[in-house]
Amino acid sequence: MALKKVKGSIDRIFDKNLQDLVRGIRNHKDDEAKYISTCIDEIKQELKQENISVKANAVCKLTYLQMLGYDISWAAFNIVEVMSSSKFTYKRMGYLAASQSFHDGTDVIMLTTNQIRKDLNSPNQYDTGVALTGLSCFVTPDLSRDLANDIMTLMSHTKPYIRKKAVLIMYKVFLKYPESLRPAFPRLKEKLDDPDPGVQSAAVNVICELARRNPKNYLSLAPLFFKLMTSSTNNWVLIKIIKLFGALTPLEPRLGKKLIEPLTNLIHSTSAMSLLYECVNTVIAGRTVSGSSGLCVGLSVCASLCVRLCFSLSPSVKYLGLLAMSKILKTHPKSVQSHKDLILQCLDDKDESIRLRALDLLYGMVSKKNLMEIVKKLMLHVDKAEGTTYRDELLTKIIDICSQSNYQYITNFEWYISILVELTRLEGTRHGHLIASQMLDVAVRVKAIRGFAVSQMALLLDSAPLLSGNMQRKGICEVLYAAAWICGEFSEYLEDPVQTLEAMLRPKVSTLPGHIQAVYVQNAAKLFAAVLRNGQQGSQEGAAVQETIQLLTDQLPIFVQSADLEVQERASCFLQLVKYIQKLQQKDVDVGEEVTALFAGELNPVAPKAQKKVPVPEGLDLDAWINDPPSEPESEDEKSKSAFAEEEPQQPRQRHREVDEKELARRREERKQEQANNPFYIKGSTPAPKGYQDTMGVEHIPVVQIDLSVPLKVPGMATSDKYVKIEEERRKRDRAEKGKKKEKKKKREKRSRGDRRNESGPESEEDIRPAQTVDIVTEEMPENALPSDDEDRDPNDPYREAVVATSKSTTEEPADPGQGSDTEDAVSSFPLRCFPDVLLGPLGVTARDLPAMHFMPQKSSKHKKKKQKKEKEEKEKKKKKQHRVPNQEEEESVQNGTVEEEEDPLPVCDVQGNLQDSSRVVVSVIFENKSSSFLKSMEFNVLDSLNAKLQRPEGAGPHDSLSVPFQLPPGVSNEARFVFSVQSIVMPQKLKGTLTFIVKSDDGSSHEKLDFKLHFTCTSYLTTTPCYSDAYAKLLESADMKGSSARLQGVGLPFQHLLAKICFHHHFSVVEKINSCASLYSRSIQGHHICLLVKYTDQTVTIDAKCDESSLLGNLLDEIKLTFSQS
Amino acid sequence: MIKAILIFNNHGKPRLIRFYQYFAEDMQQQIIRETFHLVSKRDDNVCNFLEGGSLIGGSDYKLIYRHYATLYFVFCVDSSESELGILDLIQVFVETLDKCFENVCELDLIFHMDKVHYILQEVVMGGMVLETNMNEIVAQVDVQNRMEKSEGGLSAAPARAVSAVKNMNLPEIPRNINIGDINIKVPSLSPF
Repeated sequence: MALKKVKGSIDRIFDKNLQDLVRGIRNHKDDEAKYISTCIDEIKQELKQENISVKANAVCKLTYLQMLGYDISWAAFNIVEVMSSSKFTYKRMGYLAASQSFHDGTDVIMLTTNQIRKDLNSPNQYDTGVALTGLSCFVTPDLSRDLANDIMTLMSHTKPYIRKKAVLIMYKVFLKYPESLRPAFPRLKEKLDDPDPGVQSAAVNVICELARRNPKNYLSLAPLFFKLMTSSTNNWVLIKIIKLFGALTPLEPRLGKKLIEPLTNLIHSTSAMSLLYECVNTVIAGRTVSGSSGLCVGLSVCASLCVRLCFSLSPSVKYLGLLAMSKILKTHPKSVQSHKDLILQCLDDKDESIRLRALDLLYGMVSKKNLMEIVKKLMLHVDKAEGTTYRDELLTKIIDICSQSNYQYITNFEWYISILVELTRLEGTRHGHLIASQMLDVAVRVKAIRGFAVSQMALLLDSAPLLSGNMQRKGICEVLYAAAWICGEFSEYLEDPVQTLEAMLRPKVSTLPGHIQAVYVQNAAKLFAAVLRNGQQGSQEGAAVQETIQLLTDQLPIFVQSADLEVQERASCFLQLVKYIQKLQQKDVDVGEEVTALFAGELNPVAPKAQKKVPVPEGLDLDAWINDPPSEPESEDEKSKSAFAEEEPQQPRQRHREVDEKELARRREERKQEQANNPFYIKGSTPAPKGYQDTMGVEHIPVVQIDLSVPLKVPGMATSDKYVKIEEERRKRDRAEKGKKKEKKKKREKRSRGDRRNESGPESEEDIRPAQTVDIVTEEMPENALPSDDEDRDPNDPYREAVVATSKSTTEEPADPGQGSDTEDAVSSFPLRCFPDVLLGPLGVTARDLPAMHFMPQKSSKHKKKKQKKEKEEKEKKKKKQHRVPNQEEEESVQNGTVEEEEDPLPVCDVQGNLQDSSRVVVSVIFENKSSSFLKSMEFNVLDSLNAKLQRPEGAGPHDSLSVPFQLPPGVSNEARFVFSVQSIVMPQKLKGTLTFIVKSDDGSSHEKLDFKLHFTCTSYLTTTPCYSDAYAKLLESADMKGSSARLQGVGLPFQHLLAKICFHHHFSVVEKINSCASLYSRSIQGHHICLLVKYTDQTVTIDAKCDESSLLGNLLDEIKLTFSQS
Repeated sequence: MIKAILIFNNHGKPRLIRFYQYFAEDMQQQIIRETFHLVSKRDDNVCNFLEGGSLIGGSDYKLIYRHYATLYFVFCVDSSESELGILDLIQVFVETLDKCFENVCELDLIFHMDKVHYILQEVVMGGMVLETNMNEIVAQVDVQNRMEKSEGGLSAAPARAVSAVKNMNLPEIPRNINIGDINIKVPSLSPF
């Protein structure tokens, strides 16, 4: 017995310990696995022994093997045995092994509950510590439930060492057993004031983690944390607290204000970069929600701090600077945009992390001018990039940047197509699908590019076998899907359809995925139709047709045998079709047209919201019963059923609608705010000038051929690089040409003010014109779709009415058939500037060059909108004044009215205020010649009043007339603008004026005169300005607002229309609308605030108004009354 | 929260792994390989943050690492941790190791993985930072080591003697000889 014991202990002396194991493994580099398996066998033997130290040693070795990837779960029970040893050394070993290998699924854990409880309550603090540490790694819901109380007691342990561990482990317990949170929380809160900094830090840590999951519940702790933040000197604690505040400020804007001071102090005083960075982060977070009233540590300060971080020599700090910048970019893009150079520089950094961050920022940096340059740079990176992750990231970013805002920044789509083609050469990218969808999108929507796109796609198809070898697995072959479809759909642009057809039917195609083969087969059919169509023209092509038929009958059977059902079905249909055509051909029947008819019709993109916009036909009530519900329930059972059925469809619906209105109003506000902050949105409250009407307009505008120095057909695969050069040259040439033109133009006549303004300035963003006449086909909308552009707009929205009204009033103006000679001249002298600008409306190009805005039938409402957006502050007055023939000596002025058919020059005027200049208004006058004579030498003169003066060129006397810079052939209209300076805007006024002109008819010419009045209403000085309800409330409270009210009786309009009418005719915007009561707001060009409260009861409208200028208000109310009395 | 702490050498051999979220062993190895792959190709003078580890966590997680001579110390953390703070923490951890092992080198970590674990346990607990004060950490580790020594008593003494003998012979022994086999012969005396 004694001997046995001795032997055991000798045994043990020579057992392998951890060091021996490690050494052994290092000595068996060649057969490591074999050596380890023998070691594991030994360990298994050792674990069978009773001696606890042997077991502990074995468990220690197992922990090491676990690190090397060996599963040790089979020894879980032995680990528990070692854990329960009374010796600290073994216990610690056991807990370590358990923490490395135990998890929720380990079944022996349930055996440990009592052992752990014993250890937790052990008199030795290190036993407790070890148990807590181990438990933190393998705590299960059962363990937390059973031990929560013990741990909670430990939170008030005498030793801080135990307290801090107990506090930290509570977080794990909360996660596994949430019920423990409520009872434990007061004690946890107490620990925030613990005398030991370690315990305090642990408590902050736990609460921060909790608050991160659910910040709302921890708002009440803000004062406590605030105190801690101002008193603590521990950077760790400070960082955690500041991070916590970053999560809390979005919920409580007032907190932001409170934080200003301590955060500013910290930013200025701390030397720890980590703390500084977190402060900046929190300030940014505060800014994003609290807007201008929030943290005063100006954003510019933050931005400059970020820049300072970015210039840091330490790449880590630089990285964080960029990270913070990207947060600023989300909300305040402008303050980041000024640091463009810095970010571009970071793109060249050798550090991938920094490049990735810079890439993120790049999105907000691009403009028309630098897009090509930036993308070129990115393409270089793509070539150099080794890791696929970074390369894929680059690829998606390139596409993101180019396609953002509806291709806003692309001036040359040939370049873009060639970029896409270049991207397909990337090996092993996952984003083939993305490239493919871009190709499809561009080819479908940009008509002018189709020819080029088709030629490129044909080349891509031709080289496909070469590619498909290695790219098949990775998904780049998706681009072949796009290539095949584009070649087929736009086959009329193909130079050699037969060759492409051959390429598409190669046997290797059958290795492609099924859905791509299916597209191949279908588009081969389209190409075949194209070949047949060509075949009709001559006998030479006839032979080609025969060859093609032969090719098809040879190759199609490969696809007929395809395992993919779709491919099989399409191929066999097509094959039968070919055989049938072959027969007909032999009988000399001409089938070309019939086959072409199979694929006739153009596929246009459909707007994602199109379905929603289909108007509900009149009289269709989807909620109405088709058959009356059974009125007399026969049994108890049925009764309940029918009651259920009656209520069900109605109640929830009503509630839904109610929610909708409020919700939508809220969302609209949010959206507006977002748009105002978004650099990609053109400012203004009007919806984007993109809509169903464009589709039609686009078709009718002639596509102008551009200068031939830009090769439209580039032989071979295009390379994007050359476009950059071409683009450079083009822009240079452009500038030169523009200069010339401008000189010419100056000589000819002075054009409108807007143009003159642009002449002198340097080349602005908008001046870069697209290389091709590119018409982006807007997405199709259903016919007579609701004319709102805003998809979320609810049908009750007063703005909607406004839009309808606008388009109505303008469409009613006589359509202009030929456009006058003068206008035509203007158009042809710079065709590219005019038309692309019109067409690219959705792309955000100005309407600057539009000669007139009022006579464009149908589209004019859009141009107005566009203009409003561009010249943000400018606002429009829809006061039209109509004038008539001199001989009849009678004048009338029609307000807001439609234009009656008259015979002679017909000035329609439009008074526009300009917010930037409070004393100037622009009057656009439309002259329309309704007579059959030619009008020339028109001179415009206005008798100045004290208050309003026509601005005349320098040197002219106060009574000189201004010449109208165009002539009017019969039936033509044109617009001229005149600037007036106005002193006071509180009163409406009329200015008398005269237009003199020479009428040239067949029987000679005569000098004629036309008197008119320009009516400056008070409304024309108002600008539609959105206002938020809180600002509105503040405004109403302010003392210097004077009140007034008006009553309108017998108004038969629905409230919606009434509101819309006020908004539209008098330039108000709705702030809030509740039932039949609404508050409206507007602002004059001189900064007067006008607030209206409109109530509507029984055909009576009460308007309570407040304004800081009482006479303006009185006049305005009179005008509103007038508007309604007229209607 | 810290999701994992990995220490591996320039060749990707793990020296210490500590996951605060359960992963099966083969997954752990994959994560180590992926992390090593990401970290090892980076220059020394680039930033210490990395995104893109696909296996552990998602976009919310970052790898924060430091490279010391032959070892990489990688912490995988989520957004609730301060990046620069963790970077400091790694420094604290390494300095603590340096104090406890006296001029720590890779070999210390290789042969005393358990001790490194015990030190780490005083710095990070269950994925949360427990202590950042180096003196406090060292003090706690020392107390526990003393306890272990005192417990070791007689039974540990011969083990230490044997390992001292083994270590003494180490330089002279050719690498291919398996030291582990030597001691097996001794106890096989014929039983009575």
